[in-house]
Amino acid sequence: MANATPGAKARPLSPHAQVWRWHVTMAASILNRATGAALYGGAIILMGWALSLASGPVAYDNYMGLLGSIPGKVVMFGLTLSVFYHLFAGLRHLAWDSGKGFAPATANQTAWAALIGSGVASVAVWVLAGFMGKL
Amino acid sequence: MAGYRTPLGRARGLGAAKSGVGHFIAERASSVALIPLVLWAVWAALSLAGGGYDDAQAWLRSPINAGLLVLLALAGFFHMQLGMRVIIEDYIARHSTRTVLLLANLFFCWGAGVLTVLAILKVALGGGAN
Repeated sequence: MANATPGAKARPLSPHAQVWRWHVTMAASILNRATGAALYGGAIILMGWALSLASGPVAYDNYMGLLGSIPGKVVMFGLTLSVFYHLFAGLRHLAWDSGKGFAPATANQTAWAALIGSGVASVAVWVLAGFMGKL
Repeated sequence: MAGYRTPLGRARGLGAAKSGVGHFIAERASSVALIPLVLWAVWAALSLAGGGYDDAQAWLRSPINAGLLVLLALAGFFHMQLGMRVIIEDYIARHSTRTVLLLANLFFCWGAGVLTVLAILKVALGGGAN
């Protein structure tokens, strides 16, 4: 396309991340994609759980020991955050698909709600896990 | 004749490819299915955390747990194949690389999905005791 008309003035390219002021809807959109990619890893963790359970007690205890270790807990907390953020961001998308929530003020509010809500929900789940004696 | 038409006019004359909407709807439909499934999965993970092999085996032998877990795996691997496909299509411009990555994504999601479901069924149907 760039060379479609010889001699024509170079046209500006699409704006890239470095020339945009960061705003919350942009961060919310990027995070939705990032958490989606993280949940790819989450699905692999689920597959590992099912395979270890099908392989017998030794494999299962090893796998649960890995998930319960400190690095394992860090990964699982990140997975909890990803699940809730991707869920809340997905709800925003479903609202947009029905034609609602496009006003800038509304979009900003729902972006903050998804960001804060996923943090609150994740901490709540882990506090609950603590009270249930799971940590 | 065609030479007088603007690029936009030509594109309009061709109409939409009419294949993108299937992907769009599949992504939304699986996302709706995943809303309750993923909330259940968080609860399930909480109940299974800290438990041993016998607890997990007993848990998965309940048809409701096994059924919901199979549905979660099916909807999840389906949805993530669609999502990763868009990421690859957005960022990888080179045709050969894009084709390889799209196929790798498709095969990985099918392979991992089938393995996960088979492992769940093996335990759920009573074969997990070794």
